[in-house]
Amino acid sequence: MLLSLLLQASPSASTLGTANPVSIGMFFLFVAVTLYITYWAAKKTKTGSEFYAAGRNISGFQNGLALAGDYMSAASFLGIAGMVATKGYDGLIYSIGFLVGWPLIMFLIAEPLRNLGKYTFADVVAFRLRQRPIRIVSSVGSLMTIAFYLIAQMVGAGGLIKTLFGLDYEIAVLVVGCVMTLYVLFGGMIATTWVQIIKAVLLLSGATVLVLLSLAKFDFRPSFLLEAVSTQYGQEMLAPGGYITNPFDALSLGLALMLGTAGLPHILMRFYTVPDAKAARKSVFVATGFIGYFYLLTFLIGFSAMALVGKPAIESIDKGGNMAALLLAEQTGGTAFLGFIAAVAFATILAVVAGLTLSGASSISHDLYVHVFKNGVSNEKGEMKVAKRATVALGILSIILGLVFKGQNVAFMVGLAFSIAASANFPALLMSIIWKRFTTKGAVWSIATGAALSLILIVLSPTIMVDIMGYEEAIFPLKNPALVSMSGAFLMGIVVSLLQPEESAALKFESEKLRTYLGVGAE
Amino acid sequence: MNQHTQKPHEILESPDFKQLVKKRWSVSLILTFTMLVVYFGFLLVVAFNKQVLATRIGEYTTLAIPIGLGIILFAWILTGIYVFWANNHYDTAVENLKKKIK
Repeated sequence: MLLSLLLQASPSASTLGTANPVSIGMFFLFVAVTLYITYWAAKKTKTGSEFYAAGRNISGFQNGLALAGDYMSAASFLGIAGMVATKGYDGLIYSIGFLVGWPLIMFLIAEPLRNLGKYTFADVVAFRLRQRPIRIVSSVGSLMTIAFYLIAQMVGAGGLIKTLFGLDYEIAVLVVGCVMTLYVLFGGMIATTWVQIIKAVLLLSGATVLVLLSLAKFDFRPSFLLEAVSTQYGQEMLAPGGYITNPFDALSLGLALMLGTAGLPHILMRFYTVPDAKAARKSVFVATGFIGYFYLLTFLIGFSAMALVGKPAIESIDKGGNMAALLLAEQTGGTAFLGFIAAVAFATILAVVAGLTLSGASSISHDLYVHVFKNGVSNEKGEMKVAKRATVALGILSIILGLVFKGQNVAFMVGLAFSIAASANFPALLMSIIWKRFTTKGAVWSIATGAALSLILIVLSPTIMVDIMGYEEAIFPLKNPALVSMSGAFLMGIVVSLLQPEESAALKFESEKLRTYLGVGAE
Repeated sequence: MNQHTQKPHEILESPDFKQLVKKRWSVSLILTFTMLVVYFGFLLVVAFNKQVLATRIGEYTTLAIPIGLGIILFAWILTGIYVFWANNHYDTAVENLKKKIK
């Protein structure tokens, strides 16, 4: 059906910003299908394990797709394609950073995480340490990561939908907030997982068709595409340019992208949806493959947009190039295909915010309510009630934040979320898994240091001081603080743990090994 | 806690188990280290000697393109190597040890 639509489409001046019947139709179809899935999932979502972890019934392959769905945000689809379309090769350096965290998740944390935890990554950190302090700080780390990521997504969603559909920003934010709340509230992890899977399939197939349509203009020979880019915009587009000049900046951003991935709460939570460590392992392999393929596509989409649509045309609509993929879709497949890709981008945002909200709600109900306020004893009914209230509260909060930050430059918030994830969440998680002498105090200090340094240093960095506040120079020289904040978190964790040993934690480490490595007693 | 409370300690102390844990981390750390060297090596070349990457290997294609896409492919292959190792060696050893517990 789609193909016949494509064939009759004829390229013309951009229809971006006007209501496109195909995109609206596709979007409603997506929402209708996913809400039906939510209705179906709601009947299966009664217990905590079903709400938080889809009853641990998701297969490794399905979870791999869902992980890819959680990770491939509209920012990386439109943003990276746009970066390649306007800056050339430099966009790929970004994608590589986003991808190389996945192997590390596999080698260092996936299996122990699955074997030791129940619903949240704080389960693992708190496994042999004192529950209350760990749960408090790790939920602060989680919620901060989620909040900044969520704001960036909501503001991006409002702006994107305004450009795509000509819909008011406020209405767009309201629709996204309400639909994703419905998914999480009624369908929990089962619905959220299927939304991710559908979105991942749509995004990967939509981007594949876009690449094929574009390459068709170059006789399916990528070298012709590169030739077009080089002759129009110069050979320097095909090699690293001015994006990375300071090696410390490169290192710091590289660390944030790489290890931040291994500390994102909504990604870590996915590992509890599979039955065992073997399936967890498989899901990382599948996710890495799909995400890598997706970045290959965005690279080709970026260059195709540069050659076919042209840099000036792309930059005239959006300075950052965010509309490159959409303009390319319109040029190669007409208004109907533009509508399809626009709907896919919208679906992408919905799915990512749903994943974030679910992990935020779990952190509030499972970590804070049960382990802090109820001392670890709670009936399932009470916990579910809190989880559902937290979902509604987070839904409302994300709408409010989306409205408050309207028109603000929030691009730095994704970098900040990755920095907090890499500095507050990842070091404590890794040390709790591999280091016998890690203590409660060490963990608390490590998480607090990582989060505080990330926040303070980003405010003092060129990202905020120069780009947003307009100062000539920043107090802290690096654009992303991860190099300092993550080293600080590791250092604090190690020093504090060595200064004040915790006998019981070290003793439990030995018995924990049976569960970490053999999966004995894993839930 | 359960019926295994007596034996687990013996398993933990057994050479087989210790060997398994050691093997697991050497595989993991070698793969982690490889990934770190490749990725940060690439970033350092970008930061210090980007002209090398601008070298043409085709009429227009630069060295940077196969290297960049190659790193993505390489990262995926590394995860594949781990899965292959774990499925063939680790899981078998885990099964053997678990049988001993019962």
